[in-house]
Amino acid sequence: MERKKTKSRREFINSSMRFGMVLALGGVGGLAFRKSTGDQWVWQVDPFKCSWCGRCATHCVLNPSAVKCVHAYELCGYCDLCGGYLIPGHSDRSTAAENQLCPTAAIERKFIEEPYYEYKINEDLCIGCAKCAEGCSAFGNGSLHLQIMHHICVNCNECAIARVCPSDAIKRVKGSDPYLMKGDFTADGGET
Amino acid sequence: MKLSTLILPLLLLLATAVTEETYGQQRFPAPEFESGYEYPDVSTPEPRALSLEYGDVIVLMGFLLITSWVVIKKRSRRWILWMSVGALLYFGFWREGCICAVGSGQNMALSLSDPAYMVSYTVIAFFILPLIFSLSYGRVFCASACPLGVIQDLVIVKPVKVPVWVQKSLGMFPFVYLALALLYAATGTDFIICRYDPFVGIFRMGAEFHLIVLGISFLLIGMFVARPYCRFVCPYGALLKVTSMFSKRHLSITPNQCIQCKLCAGSCPFGAIDKPTPDKLVKEIKGRTGKFLLYAAIIPLLMLIGGFALSSSHVFLAKAHPDVYLAHLLIDEPEVMDDPDNLDVQTFLGSDRTMDELVESAEEIQASFYTGAWLTGGFIGLVAGFFLISQYIVRRRADYEPNRGDCYSCGRCIKYCPVQK
Repeated sequence: MERKKTKSRREFINSSMRFGMVLALGGVGGLAFRKSTGDQWVWQVDPFKCSWCGRCATHCVLNPSAVKCVHAYELCGYCDLCGGYLIPGHSDRSTAAENQLCPTAAIERKFIEEPYYEYKINEDLCIGCAKCAEGCSAFGNGSLHLQIMHHICVNCNECAIARVCPSDAIKRVKGSDPYLMKGDFTADGGET
Repeated sequence: MKLSTLILPLLLLLATAVTEETYGQQRFPAPEFESGYEYPDVSTPEPRALSLEYGDVIVLMGFLLITSWVVIKKRSRRWILWMSVGALLYFGFWREGCICAVGSGQNMALSLSDPAYMVSYTVIAFFILPLIFSLSYGRVFCASACPLGVIQDLVIVKPVKVPVWVQKSLGMFPFVYLALALLYAATGTDFIICRYDPFVGIFRMGAEFHLIVLGISFLLIGMFVARPYCRFVCPYGALLKVTSMFSKRHLSITPNQCIQCKLCAGSCPFGAIDKPTPDKLVKEIKGRTGKFLLYAAIIPLLMLIGGFALSSSHVFLAKAHPDVYLAHLLIDEPEVMDDPDNLDVQTFLGSDRTMDELVESAEEIQASFYTGAWLTGGFIGLVAGFFLISQYIVRRRADYEPNRGDCYSCGRCIKYCPVQK
C-alpha cells in the first residue's frame, strides 16, 4: 500500500513536470517561430564598411579563406596604372612580381585596347587579404572588393572573421540574396 | 600620349585629397570601348540550397525516430552503433558539424533578444526536435544523432569509473556553461558554444591549433573517461538531461523482470545505472526531510547570491564584446591611440564613429549584461540549490535501472541482461 502510494506520487510529479516542460518548449518555440524566417542566413562582407584590415585572410576557419576579391567591372576605370594591381611608388614601370600588390599574383592583367587593361581575379589563388581592394579604393574607383564566396563558405553559426572584424563589416544576410556586390548594392544599404 | 602618363599626376593629386568618405566614388569614368569589349561575368555561386537545409531536418527526424524505435522496441546495441556511425558521417564529416542542435539554443536566445535577428525554421527544428524526443523517449539524440556525442562514443576503449561525487559535481558545469552561453548569445556578443566546439575542427579537418589540441585531448581522455564532453561540458546536454529525467518512456535494461544478477552494473561506461536502493537508506529517508526542507528554503538565497556575484562582475563579462572592450581600452589606456599596430583602435579612429557613440553603445551593452548577469547568476544559484536538494532525495528502486538524466540510451547494458523476453 505504502509502496503504491509512493509510486503514484512519483508518477504524478513526473507527468506534471513533463507537461510543464512541453508548455515551456512550446512557449519558447512559439515565440521564436513568431519571429522566424523561411529563409536561411549566410555571412557577407559589406564592401562599404570594409576597412581592408587583412583579417579575412587570417581568421577564416578555412585555409585559404572563403573570402575572395571580386571585381565590379562596370565600376572599373580599366587604368593602365592600377592602384589595386601595382605597388604605389614602384620604381620601374613594369608589371614584374615585385611591383605587384597581390601576394599570390591572383590578379590577371589583360590588354583590352589602348589605353585600357582588364584586371581579373583568379579565385583559386586569391586569399582575401584585401591588399588590392585597399589600393583600388585609395587610388581608383573601388571596383575591387571582398565578398564571401558561398560555394566555399561552410556557413559557421558565428563567423570567425565577423568576430574580429574591426569595422563590423561582416553581417548575416538572407540566403536568397547572398551577395553585397558593389554596383548592385549601395553604401546606404539599399539595392539599386 | 598614353592616358597613364596623364593619370600619374592626377593620382598624386587625388591621393592627397583622399578622405575616408571618398572610397568607392567614381574617380575615373567607365571607359567607352571601341573594340566591342564586353564586361566579363562575375560568378556569384549560390549558397547551399534551402531545400537541402530542410533535408537536414528530415534526416535528423529520421535518426531520432529510428533510434527511439531501436531503443524502446528493437533493443539492439548493434543498431545504435551503426546509426551512430551514420550520424558521425552525415552530421559530422559531411555537414562538417554545422548545423547542430548543440549550438542552436544560442540562435534562439539571440532571436528572442535582438529585434533585428530572425531565426530560421531549420534552427528552431534542430533546437526543439531532440528535446521533444528526450521528453518522450529519453536522450535518443545523444545515442546516435549528435555528431559530437557519437565521435566520443566510438573511441571508448577502457572506461574507468568516475567517483559519484566527482561525476555529480562536474555534472553541474554544463548548466553554468549553458547559462553563460545564453547570456553571451542574447547580448549579441559571441556564440561561445560554437567557438569552443572541440570536435568541429576534426570534422572539418582543420581549425585553429588550440582547438585541434582540445578536440584530440577530449578524444584521448574519452578513451578512458567515456564521453567527457557530453557528461561534463555539453550545455545542450544539460537541457536534454532535465527533459529526459521526466521522459514518458525510456530505455530499460531488462526486457522483462529484473533478476538482480548485477551483470549490467559494470556495463555502463557513463556510471548511469542506479543500483537498487539499500534497505538501510530507505529507513534513513524520513530523518532527512528536515535537511531537504532547509536546502529547499535556501534556494532563493542561493539565487540571490549567484545573481549578485555575477552581476557585480558584469563589466568583466561584458568586455568580451568588442565595443565594450574597445571603449574600456581607449579610456583606460589612451596611449594605444598612438600604436599603429593596433588594428582595432586604428580602424575605429579612422572611421566616422565618434568616441561618444562608442561609449554609448558600450554602456548599453553593459546595461544589458547587468540584467543578464542577474538572470544567469540566479539560474546558476537555482541549479546549485537543486544539486544540494538532490542529495537528500532517495528514490526507492527495487531493481537496477538506468538513471534517466545521465543515460545516453547507447544500449550497451541491453547486451548484458540475461533475461529473455
